[in-house]
Amino acid sequence: MKSSLRESALAPKDAVFDAVVPSGRGFTHDLSPGQVLRIVDLEGNQAVDTLFYNARDLEERYSANDTIRSQGNIYLTTGTQLLSSEGRAMLSIVADTCGRHDTIGGACSAESNQVRYAVDKKYMHNCRDSFLLALSRYGRGMGKRDLASNINFFMNVPVTPAGGLSFEDGVSGPGRYVELRAEMDILVLISNCPQLNNPCNAYNPTPIRLLAWNAN
Amino acid sequence: MSSPTLLPEQFVLHRETLRGGQAWSRRLAREQVLRIVDVTGKACVSALFYNAREPLERYNMADTLKAQFTAFLTEGRALYSDMGRVLCSVIGDTCGWHDTISGCSNSEISRAKFGEGGYQQLRNDFHRNARDNFTVELGKHGLGKRDIVANVNFFVRVSADDAGNLAWHAGNSRPGAWVDLRFEMDTLVVLTNTLHPLDPASRYAPPPIDLVIRKGEPAGADDACRRSRPENERGFALTEAYVREMYQPSGTAPPGRTR
Repeated sequence: MKSSLRESALAPKDAVFDAVVPSGRGFTHDLSPGQVLRIVDLEGNQAVDTLFYNARDLEERYSANDTIRSQGNIYLTTGTQLLSSEGRAMLSIVADTCGRHDTIGGACSAESNQVRYAVDKKYMHNCRDSFLLALSRYGRGMGKRDLASNINFFMNVPVTPAGGLSFEDGVSGPGRYVELRAEMDILVLISNCPQLNNPCNAYNPTPIRLLAWNAN
Repeated sequence: MSSPTLLPEQFVLHRETLRGGQAWSRRLAREQVLRIVDVTGKACVSALFYNAREPLERYNMADTLKAQFTAFLTEGRALYSDMGRVLCSVIGDTCGWHDTISGCSNSEISRAKFGEGGYQQLRNDFHRNARDNFTVELGKHGLGKRDIVANVNFFVRVSADDAGNLAWHAGNSRPGAWVDLRFEMDTLVVLTNTLHPLDPASRYAPPPIDLVIRKGEPAGADDACRRSRPENERGFALTEAYVREMYQPSGTAPPGRTR
């Protein structure tokens, strides 16, 4: 298989945005066309639940199904074009030092944690809560209707040829990153995953770093 | 193996044939069973599901797959909402694999594969696509594009190899294959009988399908879908608790309350 690993030439000192987001926090950020966003898995094995919207028409959003069908592969990596619900290119993955990112595992929620782990897990913090709070703070009238199937950067959810699915550890590592170039005006919505019930964060959710560069 | 014509007639509530390209939506009540019949063995029936009483609760691909450690649907599996509850469960299936990951057609895909196919030329054989059909049917229920989530494709098999590469499986279904969905809560079902984007067909000619709705029974303690996994045991229990709380007939309000 052709390697999809690709490093970036962009330097952090030239970034126009640079922030660390702790686990358990939501985050929104606007990108203009040509801007590049880097997501860094600072300590390794951290799932970064991410959705993208057309910032000029928030009803147009990232579509996991259209993206994987269009590229003929369920994993995201360098070269992947992230397609919208209208079939248009939203962002391109231009660098990736991890090699594989999930887009069918979705986000954790209080209610799905009850089903997956135990009814008394409802109190545990989860990605959907972070998404909802971040969208509310973003202040453009978005809510649960806008939560489509998301990307999980750095998360490993292998699907077998027989249709089995599992959650596994071990593709990412400290300092690995993925970089995306916006192809339209984009709203980025991130939940830095607080899940403690499975190995998606190696049972130890950790901070991520986000950097953005202007179009060169 | 039963066939749609062998269903006991006294339990059948509704029968309908959908032409190729047609969309459909209907509220199915808890305990009713919807049979979808792939008459020709070449259908792709794309589907979305919403809690009919609170449509903000809807089918969730990831929660369905994660709870059952699977990438596809077949007998014994449940379709989960995004609120930790079971909308419906697959109580019978003569096909064996129903797709959950590969999405559906839209106007651009249809135009690129089959040409314009407009109504002006083709009248009611015009080329309808799944996304536009979903949009139209959802509009009848006050829902719209924001409510379109990752859909199910009944009778379709798309698998991934170890490197993640997707493959379309020709012949996944066969003439007369059917799937039975038993509803665990009142559910708005939205279907579109259109071609899957990966279907190699060179001509736009989606085949007809049959729908049969019948009376069913609630999932018992030994129900195969409930018992298939501990996750499903919890999912059914959470659903039944919700139904007990929300589906009380009118007139059972505590005495002394006038409104």
